[in-house]
Amino acid sequence: MNALARHRYHRAAPVVLVLLLLAIIAGVAAAVSTASSADAATTATADDVTQGQKLFAANCASCHGLDAQGTTGVAPSLVGVGAAAVDFQVGTGRMPMQASGPQAIAKRPQFTQDQINQLAAYVASLGAGPAIPTAEQVDPALGDPAKGMELFRTNCAMCHGSIGGGGALTQGKYAPNLWETTPTHIFEAMLTGPQSMPVFNNANIDPEGKRDIIAYLKAQDQGSPGGLRLGSIGPVAEGMWGWLVALGLIIASTVWIGARSS
Amino acid sequence: MSTTENPTSHESADNAPESFQDPGLPYHRPRRADVDPKADKKAERQVAALFGLSILGTIIAIVSYMTLKMDGQIESIRFTNMAIGFGIFLAMIGIGLGAIHWAKTLMRDHEMVEERHELRSSDEAREGAIQNLKDGAEDSGIGGVKRRPLLVGSLVTAMLAAPLALLWPQIGNMGANWNTGEFAHTMWRKGMRLTRDPEGTPIKASDVTIGSAFHVIPEGLNDLEHGKLEEKAKAVVLLLRLDPRDLNLQPGREDWSFDGIIAFSKICTHVGCPVALYEQQTHHLLCPCHQSTFDVANGAKVVFGPAKRPLPQLPIAVDDEGYIVAQSDFHEPIGPSYWSRLKHTSDGLSSDETDGSSH
Repeated sequence: MNALARHRYHRAAPVVLVLLLLAIIAGVAAAVSTASSADAATTATADDVTQGQKLFAANCASCHGLDAQGTTGVAPSLVGVGAAAVDFQVGTGRMPMQASGPQAIAKRPQFTQDQINQLAAYVASLGAGPAIPTAEQVDPALGDPAKGMELFRTNCAMCHGSIGGGGALTQGKYAPNLWETTPTHIFEAMLTGPQSMPVFNNANIDPEGKRDIIAYLKAQDQGSPGGLRLGSIGPVAEGMWGWLVALGLIIASTVWIGARSS
Repeated sequence: MSTTENPTSHESADNAPESFQDPGLPYHRPRRADVDPKADKKAERQVAALFGLSILGTIIAIVSYMTLKMDGQIESIRFTNMAIGFGIFLAMIGIGLGAIHWAKTLMRDHEMVEERHELRSSDEAREGAIQNLKDGAEDSGIGGVKRRPLLVGSLVTAMLAAPLALLWPQIGNMGANWNTGEFAHTMWRKGMRLTRDPEGTPIKASDVTIGSAFHVIPEGLNDLEHGKLEEKAKAVVLLLRLDPRDLNLQPGREDWSFDGIIAFSKICTHVGCPVALYEQQTHHLLCPCHQSTFDVANGAKVVFGPAKRPLPQLPIAVDDEGYIVAQSDFHEPIGPSYWSRLKHTSDGLSSDETDGSSH
């Protein structure tokens, strides 16, 4: 029995386990990829509207209705939501919605930017709404990140986290991470208030302010001075790190100190 | 501990040994380093290598500090921190691991036994100790024939008074202001415009489109010279516009909102965190600290979480120029409960409320 207890574990088992744990956590934390940028829309022609209507009838009308008036309890009316809403929802892949759930999930866009522009032109022709911003309006290089931080802290940080890492809402909904969102889509989200997000129209945060916020978010690309950000979702991730890694190391050291030398 | 009082242990004593036999010390197994000079040398080299690792770590830390320059870029700060921290880590862990490895492999590991002596001291030693105390009391004049009550009294007084030198300033600095009446009022007044946080620009009712959320401070807050943060912490408001069809106006508050535009205190009634996670589709307002959830469409009543009261509503109106203004201060103290809160709630309203309701 004694011999079994002595030989059940290899001597190096605690070290291997701790290293494995470290590798798993570091792997999960290091999921970062680059974002692709979408070009802002050009001016819409009558042809775009016709093409857009066809695309709409084929892909969107089953929920939003053939006249885009919406279906009660299923999908909202799209009259007056504007081109910006379409470019955001379709351009981030949230629409067409893959499955019903607490909220529409961002995925690979199902349409090319040209098709999205045609859809946007059609929906914009139904009623006046916010337009897709120009490239200059969303250029982070023209914004002031310090001013943007002030606006972000007041208006955005409570849901999206202090540096845009995202966070949880109620009943399965969540505010997404903003680091990979393109400047155009960030601008459009503020303008249109998709899903749970409130609207921040140009009278609330003016277009320059929106550009400052984009500049602040893009300034986060440099990373954090303190090392791993662990998703920047606050004390929970950092506490997990402390518990799993630091306590794991302490336990491993204690086992090693207490073990008899061979 | 006697077992005779317990009948069950009596029964089991029949077919079990009276007490466990002392198994003695386990067989001493020599370590490899004890029997094999090669292993001994190897362990010695390992310990030396660990101490060497520590020396290397110290060098890495010092060289990193001397050579790596931070140029203001976040990347360089991160790299410098990493290099210095790694060096310090090696310097510390090398000494620790080396010392323990040394003790485990090379130092004597025979189990050593020291028998416990009797706890009670001998009668002579006990009497001697008591006599020493008595002599001390007699000598010092605390007791006995030559008592010195003046010294005893002044010493006791001095010892009791001395902690006050430390405690008095501490207690004095703690909560200098006990006037809870100040909690009951914010700087909102009748006709004061609602302005954007942080710029302080006024808000037109037409700016607030359906689904909008404005974070609001009172007009003139930014011009305050003293207590700006204190006033802001009490007066912050979230201004929302719902579709008027979704908004259930509360009895007695029918004229507190304007065409679906409604304003609530941002300070949670649980422990005072800023409640600002607004889900515009469900009209739920969520507190980030303890997940209290308020239903904005129904007078901000609590639908989930530890908060006990709805968020106080700020009565608003629209002035001649189309800007949103307050009708009065909040009609109840904002934020969490405190002991005299009900007093301020029942008398109700802030000083200028009587004019406000006629607006």
